[in-house]
Amino acid sequence: MTPVVELIAARKRYGAVEALRGVDLCIQPGEAVALLGPNGAGKTTTISLMLGLRRPTSGTARLFGLDPTNRRARSRTGVMLQESGVMGVLTVRETVRLFRSYYPCPLPLVQVLALAGLEEVADRRVMRLSGGQRQRLYFALAICGDPEVLFLDEPTVGMDVEARRAFLAGMRAASSAGKTIVLTTHYLEEADALAERIVVIDHGVVIADTSPRELKARVASKRVSFSVAIPLGDDALAGLPVMSVQRSGQHVRLLSNEPETVLRALFGRGVALADLEVTGADLEDAFLALTRREEDT
Amino acid sequence: MRRAVGAPAVAPFGRMLLMQTWSRLLWFWRIPAWTVSSLAMPVFFFTFFGLRFAHLTDAGGFSVGSYFLASFGAYAVGQVMVFSFGIGVSTERMLKQDLLMRATPLPPLVHLLARTLSALLFALLALIGLIVYGVVVGGIREDLSVWATVVVRLLAGSLPFIALGFAIGYFAGNAAPAVANLIYVPLSFASGLFIPVSQLPSFAQQVAPYLPTYHYGQLAWSAIGAPSEPVATSLTWLTGYMVLFLAFAVRAYRREEEQKFG
Repeated sequence: MTPVVELIAARKRYGAVEALRGVDLCIQPGEAVALLGPNGAGKTTTISLMLGLRRPTSGTARLFGLDPTNRRARSRTGVMLQESGVMGVLTVRETVRLFRSYYPCPLPLVQVLALAGLEEVADRRVMRLSGGQRQRLYFALAICGDPEVLFLDEPTVGMDVEARRAFLAGMRAASSAGKTIVLTTHYLEEADALAERIVVIDHGVVIADTSPRELKARVASKRVSFSVAIPLGDDALAGLPVMSVQRSGQHVRLLSNEPETVLRALFGRGVALADLEVTGADLEDAFLALTRREEDT
Repeated sequence: MRRAVGAPAVAPFGRMLLMQTWSRLLWFWRIPAWTVSSLAMPVFFFTFFGLRFAHLTDAGGFSVGSYFLASFGAYAVGQVMVFSFGIGVSTERMLKQDLLMRATPLPPLVHLLARTLSALLFALLALIGLIVYGVVVGGIREDLSVWATVVVRLLAGSLPFIALGFAIGYFAGNAAPAVANLIYVPLSFASGLFIPVSQLPSFAQQVAPYLPTYHYGQLAWSAIGAPSEPVATSLTWLTGYMVLFLAFAVRAYRREEEQKFG
């Protein structure tokens, strides 16, 4: 089966800055993939290459086996971009109707409005929409062509909690209906909730490409948190197998593969702990450890 | 995947063009500044500068009223082209409307054609309004075929102003409305579109024959029987200006393509 997306040794340079330093990525039909990484890591550049909005400096980008600018490839693709706009004087309905005309087999207008939760504002002009409503409109424009793949660049920015929950539910439904989903985010819970595959990008390279569960297992296995009466000095942790430390006042959070060793040493050094908790690391911890490690090398 | 066999792979060209053109027409229609400057201003200018001479016949045998209608018709069409393309392109870039559109299967050619068609239709509306006003209020009489010639020539000859609009849209950025005014209004004035060239200060009279708007006006003046240069001469000048403006526009367009989408 032809992969939906293929990046082969893709590099992208903007002047002196190398935003992508050789990315290989293959996404198969039906996959739900999250591209995760800190700001400026190269996520948006990666998605721009996949969509043909930018050309790789070297290497190859393909969409459905075609050049990403090919109309046949784009007709099977829905896109929600971080920074984009539509004509403000058109109404929601007119805008969706216009975008439907770009696709060979669009969804019925009423269905698009219902899926995006826009029925009540269908006749409002785009410029009078709230931030969250506008985001829902962009979602409507992404799905109106009944695409096989959805590209979503930071889709929930500007949505309130309720809207975000509804959006994620919608995405999960689309995913189980067999749509391919490619999402960039820096909200880890979003990636965890939606994706079965997480690609971590940092400094223009892929530093991990795996399932959320394995990603968690692969890096820090345990999170140790406790509070201390006297703030913890750096020397208290010197030489211990700790991947990262977060301190906020009296509260301390550590990441470690060997929590027993760490705790034994802390007790040995006479540190008085309270509220001790040892849990499996969540994705955020894993991510921190992963990007931190990359910086050290 | 679950696409029916034999289903079209891309959307039909005609429907895209129709929807895109219609949307642009709505865009024109719903921005009051637009409708006022494109539809009302030429009528206002005609009333102010030309109406009191509308009943006169020139010694050359043509109607002075028709002459003014032809002049302001040229002003109106050029204005719609320069401003719709100039401001249209610059707003699209500033509001990043171009980005999302680029990620859709809409072919850039359809976008360009829709822009042109909608501008032509809007210009046609402006021309019809102006001529009907001149006939009804000014009592100006010409054969329908004369008006038809004026309309067809002005619409067909407006391509250089589309190119000028593009160049302004790419070069001037968010200053596009101001720059378009600074360029287009003096250009029209110095070319005799507001008051005949023969009434202009002598300096302007010397400059006029080198301006695109002057040769554009000639297309309309010759249609109503006023003394004018041969149509072929006008067309040659207009083609030259179109190539010049296009060269500017294409250069700016390429530069931006490289920066934003390279």
